[in-house]
This record gives sequence, structure tokens and C-alpha cells, in this order.
Amino acid sequence: MNQPLVDVRDLSREFVVRRRVAGRRRRVRTTVAAVHDLTFQVGAGEMVGYIGPNGAGKSTTIKMLTGILVPTSGHLRVAGLEPSRDRMTLARRIGVVFGQRTTLWWDLPLRDSFELLQRMYRIPDATYRRNLDTFVDLLDLGDQLDTPVRQLSLGQRMRGDITAALLHDPEILYLDEPTIGLDVVSKGRLREFLRTLNRERGTTLLLTTHDLQDIEALCDRVIVIDHGTSVFDGELSALRGRGGSSRTLVVDLVDEAPPIEVPGATHAGSDGPRQWLRFPADVSAAPIVAAVAARYEVADLSIQEPAIEDVIRDLYAR
Amino acid sequence: MAEAVVHAQRYVDIAWLWIRAAWQYPASFVMLAVGNGLINLLDFLGLWIMFSHLDRLGGFALHEVAFLYGASSLGIGVADTLIGSVERIGTYIRTGRLDQMLTKPVPLLVQVCADQFTLRRLGRITQAAVVFAWACTYVDWSPLRVVAAVSMVASGAVVFFGLFVAFSCVQFWTHDASEFANAFTYGGATVAQYPLSIFPREVLVGLTFVIPIAFVNWYPSLFILGREDPYAMPAWFQWSSPLAAAATMLVALSVWRLGVRRYTSTGS
Amino acid sequence: MLHVAIATRAFRRYSTYRAATLAGMFTNSVFGVIYSFAYLALWRANPTAGGYDSVDAVTYVWLGQALLMTVALWGGGTTDGLAERIRTGDVAIDLYRPVGLVGWYLAADLGRAAYHLVTRGLGPTLLGLLLFDIRLPASTAAGLAFLLSVVLAVVVSFAIRFLVAASTFWLLDDAGVRVMSGALAMFFSGMVLPLTLFPGWLGTLAHALPWSAFVQVPNDIWLGHHEGALLAALGFQALWALVLLGACQVVLGAATRKVVVQGG
Repeated sequence: MNQPLVDVRDLSREFVVRRRVAGRRRRVRTTVAAVHDLTFQVGAGEMVGYIGPNGAGKSTTIKMLTGILVPTSGHLRVAGLEPSRDRMTLARRIGVVFGQRTTLWWDLPLRDSFELLQRMYRIPDATYRRNLDTFVDLLDLGDQLDTPVRQLSLGQRMRGDITAALLHDPEILYLDEPTIGLDVVSKGRLREFLRTLNRERGTTLLLTTHDLQDIEALCDRVIVIDHGTSVFDGELSALRGRGGSSRTLVVDLVDEAPPIEVPGATHAGSDGPRQWLRFPADVSAAPIVAAVAARYEVADLSIQEPAIEDVIRDLYAR
Repeated sequence: MAEAVVHAQRYVDIAWLWIRAAWQYPASFVMLAVGNGLINLLDFLGLWIMFSHLDRLGGFALHEVAFLYGASSLGIGVADTLIGSVERIGTYIRTGRLDQMLTKPVPLLVQVCADQFTLRRLGRITQAAVVFAWACTYVDWSPLRVVAAVSMVASGAVVFFGLFVAFSCVQFWTHDASEFANAFTYGGATVAQYPLSIFPREVLVGLTFVIPIAFVNWYPSLFILGREDPYAMPAWFQWSSPLAAAATMLVALSVWRLGVRRYTSTGS
Repeated sequence: MLHVAIATRAFRRYSTYRAATLAGMFTNSVFGVIYSFAYLALWRANPTAGGYDSVDAVTYVWLGQALLMTVALWGGGTTDGLAERIRTGDVAIDLYRPVGLVGWYLAADLGRAAYHLVTRGLGPTLLGLLLFDIRLPASTAAGLAFLLSVVLAVVVSFAIRFLVAASTFWLLDDAGVRVMSGALAMFFSGMVLPLTLFPGWLGTLAHALPWSAFVQVPNDIWLGHHEGALLAALGFQALWALVLLGACQVVLGAATRKVVVQGG
């Protein structure tokens, strides 16, 4: 197997904090581990969601991956480089988008910011023009290229920022909350673009977000981090099946009926002819469906997967 | 060397964008430039009024003090224009802008110094240049003195470069102590506007060996103006400004590296 | 009572920036030392310049450093927040508050000034007292008159800064006006050089302008140069305070109409 693009092994990052302790006049210095023995690998071309509650260590990890922060201990390689030591070399091979902060020049047209980035990254003219054309087309930014950034909508600005992060053909793109504050249409368009980017250019995506729909739409794989360490790493579907979460069978009967009683499922609610039956996520739905169909006249059946929010809440709660 | 040229080009690229951004608000730009010039004009007017009450300050006549004043103001004016943004490092840390810069393939110092580049301090440089040019008409020039004057202005700017960078680095440790640097940068420029003969010998020694402000204009000016050194320091000090400038810059870059390392190892 | 609470809160808010305060005190002290030697040299050459002696002159320097931040000579203070709120349009909320906008910001600014007086004022002054020969107020009454004069100085300075900030209503950006205003304040307050040294008509003009209330008037009260004319000196400050606060109200009225008509 090839060397993974991102290779994190036993990575730890401690911070020294001073805080007040009751009964002591001076603040006491204590060491807090923001990231603790974190291990994961990301292969080229993957789209990985990196999620966790606030303060779980997400941004500390991203800072280490981009070379902004030196790890306390552990092994860390991105594209074969040690980020903090080879920060500037690495910078040419990665793209970073911080959702809430723009890197664009507020008072100048988008085009000017892009042209400066071309020089900063020393992008050959041909590559620059080709990339700019591609992204402007895919992200529908053509009319905005000559508009000062301050006059752009939040969604247009985010698309500008993403273009800015991609002009130099990075192998991996870190996105920190890329859809925050965007309306539904803008979110959808952005997700579509990121999928295209991954499919056609093989760009690896590492995405932190609070919007789990981003993950559902984009990522085959999710890493959940809590208290600085990975508590789940696997396929999204596996995450759904985890733990005490349950699936729901939605039954549309022809007529209203008293609560359905079948073995293996519990009645979770009724609304006219529609009823909800809950059953454990790791149990097959087939016998339950068969039991219901055998005893009631069914107009329609559907299964609701567990909401990922619930699953993650369960994970954190442990 | 080739790398240095590339870095300088990036600096110019970034600065140029900021100049164009500032031009989006021409009225504000003009008022800022005029206002900055006014500050310095009134400052010099103060010096001039001072001389209406005396003939010599610390043994120096108005045109000689103007020479010192012009040289010092030119030095800090150029330094402030080119890298004054380094003063804002604490703000960049707080707002996360420094993190953004760290993900770009351009040296951090180049990005920080070029950030929010503004030409409004041109007012100060212009005023300093006018005062300096006027004072120069009183100088009894010789080729050697011309060399000394050119080296003085260049070295002065570099000394202030160093002071701006070195003392702004304090903010890597305490983010909101930006004013601390002012004591050495603007304070240094203010000291150097006067003949150092008005200060006690201890101050001169400090300004020679600790914070090399005396090399900004005092020592070379003694030579250019043909004045005897009232403190009888070694004569070769009068030619040592480039040396002092290089030393200041070296120290400043080391402090800068320390500061950046502190930031990347503590994340705050 | 509300205004006292506003002032207290401003005092507390500024007191959280401890490193900034220490750095500022250090800087004030350095400039105090520099100007002390410059003035000593001046008064050595001309021992009666401007009607001061050399002790007066050095005292003047340290009082000036103490007042620099207290009266927010360079601008700054709570009026910076106002300019920002005007730029963002948040000021519309302030305009509909039951409390007068001018009174609100003035109270906060007085709280800020009190904090700067006891830290960045008192600190460097004590150092100056240690390093140089400095004159203390002649009597308790003179000391109290000085304090009253400082309060009036802050009010006059506040009113000018308020007007500068209010220019944002029309200019959208007050940076240029602020720099201009700071430059004039620096020179005509007596911060660059005591106004008593200004020659002829320039001296007369400088003494009459509101900026002299910032530094020159309080300093002269401390130094006892207004003996006999103490009330006139305080009255001069109070008059400018009233005139300028009145101007603030007028400008605010015009701005309110503008905001109401144009919706910001």
C-alpha cells in the first residue's frame, strides 16, 4: 500500500494553562492535553469528516497538520513532510479554508486576491488560468470576479475563499466549517462542487463541521474526536449502527388502527393512519416488516436511518 | 540571495494590493496623509519655537539640531512605512490572522510587515526630508561627508527596523503590550531628535551599547557637522553606524525567530 | 445613579488590560525622562523662559505625561467604540435608548479617565518625583482645584472626540479626521511645548482654543500660575465644556434625523 497522505500516530499536544484554584491566591499551572494519543491515516483521494464537540481538539489537530502548531509528541507526516519543520514547503501542497475568516482583500475585486495568490504560490500562468477558469465556472463566480469582496454575499465569499485555496492545485484541502452561515441553496451548491473536485481531481478533503448534513453529503468516512482522542473512525454507515441507537419503521396503513404490536419493535407514535415503530439498529428489519404486513393492510413502508446527531450524542455521552 | 529577491518581490506584491485597497477611500487616504504630515510639521514648529527662546540647545544651533531631527525622522519614517505593521502582531495573534499567514508559502515576517501597508506615513517622510534638506544647506560638504550622510540615513532606517521588530516580539508573550515597543521606537526617535549632549553620560552610554540609538544620527552627525564629541567617545564610532545597524538587525531576527517558535510551540 | 454605574463599569473594563497598562506606564515614563532632559537644557540656556523656572518645566513634563492618556489626547477612549457603532449601524439602537447618548458615553469616558489617571497618570508621576526635582501643589486647595480641572479637561476632550466620532455619520470613516484632530490637540494643548513659550498672536490664539484646557490649564493650576485667577481658569474650561457638549447635542440631533430619514 502506498504511504498515506496524512499519517498521524500517537499524536499528542499538551498546553500549559494557569487557572485559579479555590483557596490559592496564585494561579496554578496545570497541563491539559488538547490532543492525546491520536492515531489515524488518510489516503489520497479520501473525503473524511473530522467531527467532535467544541474543545474536543479539532482545531488543535488542524493546526498541527498545517504546521502552525508543533506537536508535543507522536508521529506526524503530511505528504511525507513534517508539517512544523517543513511548513513553507508543505504550504504549497495544501489548501486551507477557515470558514469564518476570509483571506480575501475586503476592498478589492476577487480577481486581485487571486492574482496575489498566484504570485505567493508561484503558480505558472497556464496552470493559474486553467484553474481559475475551471473554478469560476464550477462555482459560478464569473460575474463576481470584478466585484469588491465586501459587496459579495456570504456564499459568494466562501466560494471565493475556496477558489483561493485551490488555485495552486493542493493535494489536500482542509475545510473548517465551510458551510457555516450559508443558506440551503448555497450549501447544496458547495457540496456538489466539493464532490466534483474530489472526483475529477482526486483532491483529498478533510472537513470539520457542525453541520452533519455536510458529512452525510460528502464523506464516506468519519473520524469522531472527543477529549483529544479518536472515539470513532470508520464508515458513516457503521457510525449509524453504533451503540444504542435505533432505526424507525414508518408504516402507512390503509386505515387508522390501534397501536401496532409486533415482536421485536415498540410503538413510537401514531398520526392518523401513519405509525412509527422503533427497533434496534443492529437488528434486521425484514422479520418486523413481514410481521406487520401479515397482520395489517399496509399502504407504504419506509425505514428511517438513525439521525447522525443522535448517534454522535450517544458516542459523546459514554 | 536569490531567495531574498523573491521575498522582496512578494513584499512589494502584497504592499501594492494594500495601496490599491487604501485608494478605494481616497478622502480618508488624503486626510490621513495630511494629518500625519501635520503632526510632524507641528512637532518641528515646537522645536522652532523652542529656539526662539535660546540660541543653542546643548551647545547645538538650530540648523544642527534640525540636521539631527531630520535624520532621525527620516530613519523612523522609512522604517515605520516599510515594516510598521509588525506592531500589530498581538492583534494578528488574537484574530487568528497569524494562523492564516502561517499557511502561506511566504516567510511570516514578510507577510506581517507588508500587511496593511500604507503610504500615509509619506507625510512624515516628506516633512523629515524637507527639514533635513534645509539643514543640509548649512553643512560644509566634502565627499567623505556625503558618504557618511548616505550611510547614516540608511543605517538609521535599519536600526529602527530592528527596534520595531525586536520590541514588537514582546507581544508573542503578552498580546496586548504593543505600547511597550513605542518607548524604544518612537521614544528612540524622539531622543535622537535632540543633541545627545543634553542627556547625562549614563544615557549616552545606554544609547550606545544597549539600544544603539546614538548610531542613528548622533555619531555620524558629529563627523558630518564637524563637531567635537562632547563625551569624547572613540572617533571610530562615527563610522560604525552600519555595524550597529547590522548588529541590531541580527538581534531582532533572532528575537523574531524565538517569538515565532514560542507561538508555534504554545499556540497562543 | 445610572451614570455612576456606567462609569464604574468602564473603569473595571479598562482595568482588565493589565499588560497594556504596564506597557503604557513604561512608555509614559520613558518619554517623561526624555522631555525632562530636553526642558532642563532649554531652561539652563534661558532660566525664565515662558515665566517658568526649571522645576516648573520638569513638573510640567510629568504632569503632561500623566494627562496624555487621561484626557485621551490622541483620541481613543469610549468615543472609538461610538465611531465603530456608527460604522456598523448599531448606533441606531443607542439612539432609541431612554438615556441620552452623550451622557452615556461621557459617563463611560470619565470612568476610563479615572482608571488612566490612577495608573498611567500616577505611576509615571511617582517615578518622575523620584528621578527629578518636581513641584507639588502649593496647598490642598490647589490640589483639589487641579483635580477639578482634570475632570473638566476630560469633558472638553470628550466633547471634541465625540464630534470627531460623529463625523462618521457623514464620512463613513473617521480615521482621517481623528488623525487631524489628534495632531491639533497635541500641539495646541501644550503637550509638544508649554503654550507659555508660544510667541505673540500664536500664544494668544493657543491659550484661547479649547485644547489648552487639556494640559496647559490643569498644569498651570498645579504650578500655582493661576493664583488669584483660579476661577477664571476653571471657568474657561467649563465654558468650553458647555459650548462643545452643546455642539455634540446639535450634531447628534442632525445625525438622528439623518438616520431616521435614511435608515442609517
